[in-house]
Amino acid sequence: MNIHEYQAKQLFAQYGIPCPKGAATSSKDEFESCIDSLGEGLIVVKSQIHAGGRGKGTFTDGFQGGVKLAKTKEEALDFANRMLNNTLVTVQTGPAGREVQTIYFTEGADIEKEYYLAILMDRATSAPVVVASTEGGVEIEKLAEETPEKIFKAFVDPSIGLQAHQARNIAFKLGFEGKQAGACANLIFNLYKMFWDTDADMVEVNPLISTSDGGVSALDAKVSFDSNALYRHKDIVAFRDLNEEDPKEIEASKFDLNYIALDGNIACLVNGAGLAMATMDIINHCGGEAANFLDVGGGATAEQVTAAFKIILSDPKVEGILVNIFGGIMQCDVIAQGVIEAAKAVSLDKPLVVRLEGTNVEQGKKLLADSGIEITSADSLADAAQKIVDIVAAS
Amino acid sequence: MSVLVNKDTRVVFTGITGKSGGFHAKQCMDYGTQVVAGVTPGKGGQVFEGSVPVYNTVTDSVSQEGANTACVFVPPPFAADSILECLDAGIELIIAITEGIPVNDMAKVKKKLLETNARLIGPNCPGVITPGECKIGIMPGYIHKPGTVGIVSRSGTLTYEAVWQVTSLGYGQSTCIGIGGDPINGTNHTDALKLFNEDPDTEAIVMIGEIGGDAEEKASEYIKEHVKKPIVGFIAGTTAPPGRRMGHAGAIVSGGSGTAEAKIAAMEAAGVVVAKTPSDMGAALLEAWGK
Repeated sequence: MNIHEYQAKQLFAQYGIPCPKGAATSSKDEFESCIDSLGEGLIVVKSQIHAGGRGKGTFTDGFQGGVKLAKTKEEALDFANRMLNNTLVTVQTGPAGREVQTIYFTEGADIEKEYYLAILMDRATSAPVVVASTEGGVEIEKLAEETPEKIFKAFVDPSIGLQAHQARNIAFKLGFEGKQAGACANLIFNLYKMFWDTDADMVEVNPLISTSDGGVSALDAKVSFDSNALYRHKDIVAFRDLNEEDPKEIEASKFDLNYIALDGNIACLVNGAGLAMATMDIINHCGGEAANFLDVGGGATAEQVTAAFKIILSDPKVEGILVNIFGGIMQCDVIAQGVIEAAKAVSLDKPLVVRLEGTNVEQGKKLLADSGIEITSADSLADAAQKIVDIVAAS
Repeated sequence: MSVLVNKDTRVVFTGITGKSGGFHAKQCMDYGTQVVAGVTPGKGGQVFEGSVPVYNTVTDSVSQEGANTACVFVPPPFAADSILECLDAGIELIIAITEGIPVNDMAKVKKKLLETNARLIGPNCPGVITPGECKIGIMPGYIHKPGTVGIVSRSGTLTYEAVWQVTSLGYGQSTCIGIGGDPINGTNHTDALKLFNEDPDTEAIVMIGEIGGDAEEKASEYIKEHVKKPIVGFIAGTTAPPGRRMGHAGAIVSGGSGTAEAKIAAMEAAGVVVAKTPSDMGAALLEAWGK
């Protein structure tokens, strides 16, 4: 789960991680009081959306930049008014962009130098890793490829956590000295504490800055969380912003379905993430394009399958449906029952190809055959994919 | 012959009194697996399906019934603790089916696991089956057939797909290992390939991967050096949209790897015959095997 920058900064404050003073609001009426709470000096006006690349983004009305530096209160108010409820398009939003519903005002920072800092779980070592670089504000992937020697890492033993000397080593490698090195080490140490305590997937500070008064500060913040651990973090769940999610994906999450909207016209309903991905791949191989990724999971009920059907059919792009089930935990007769109930509930008018294999396959096939619903059945995955692609192409 | 599990394996199911734990324990027993005990804290003394004693602790199941393998079926918030309990009880092989264990919990489990000689399969996996002898997990038993093809996969249902194709072609499986789809798992592709490579009764290998991480690239290095047996592969996720569930900074640690293209290239360079679609895994096996 992703959260906004201003929410991440609230967590930073709780964990004693220094960052520029800021205030966020979704209401025009509160712009002035937010700005007034910051004190004198430059004001940074920041659009709050989950996608990156905000600074270089463009609003659909032509206004440039989702992050602006204002010299006066009037200028800050003008920027905020132009951003709020406007749609920001960045390299990460896709052409449709995202509506900005919250504005975050922060004090302008006295930047001496920019750095990169992140903490994430490293799959290869099964341990958290702190990643830092002297090159802040740039794309870290590019840096990793071109100048890997400028990236420093500290691997953490998860049973004892990040040790103070590891945080210090990173600070020294980044070139900090004296008290500032201590401040940087402290920031890294607290950031790790937050990463671990909140079950974060990743915490990224890009840039981390040094200031001319000898301090360090987290200028930006990008934080995401392990969705499997949200059950033990009600405070984090409260940060969820449904405006940032596809309505179909929100609906799917209510039924514990794993759904991702895609651009094609063939909907698929599959059990198992690997098979769901492979089903998208084979639709593509047969000349079609998948409208979604949908894994109904291991223990789906008829109710969940019905919900899944309603969700995929609510996508107007969908011209045909492929159901591909290889039953293990999931029993084929349960899927068949769900398909039948859903088809009746939504008065299905799109071509449907079903391929069933696995536990209780014969009962499942019989239920479908006796249902009176028009279903093309398939014997193998390749057969199923080719059939739905051909049917959609012909219609 | 086979790897990991056989007719002599003595299995304890943790979470046996739960709905799906009970359902699948019964399915495994029907297949012929020796399910010797169940564990549910507070329900010790009950009897499952009229024959399997339920204990409060894994240690009791080991001392009383000689369990040497565990199948973990408890819900995600308690699953890491259940795995750690199995380690403390001296269980040699732990197969964790549970999906949705927090990654921080697994990081701690992995650390502890590396200090022992035990092996963990999963979590978030379909389990392990040696056809005709022992099924531990949630896979449908009837699609399997005793034989000489070893199968390892990160995805449950894709494993069934591969198994079914192999069986339909008239061949069988030595053992099928579902290593699970989580970022931190107990056994990776390379570990499983080593087992198959050293097993005299495994003649050919099918390896199924998916996007994310670099386990398939690492396995390809091992294959290049050590594996002389015919081996086929498939990678799911060629058309998956980039950026979803793959963290921004994740790319730093794994370098340029993680994409389906990189994995397929690494596998082909190691001599693996990579199936173009999931429906071609059987045909690719015949090609690699010269059948």
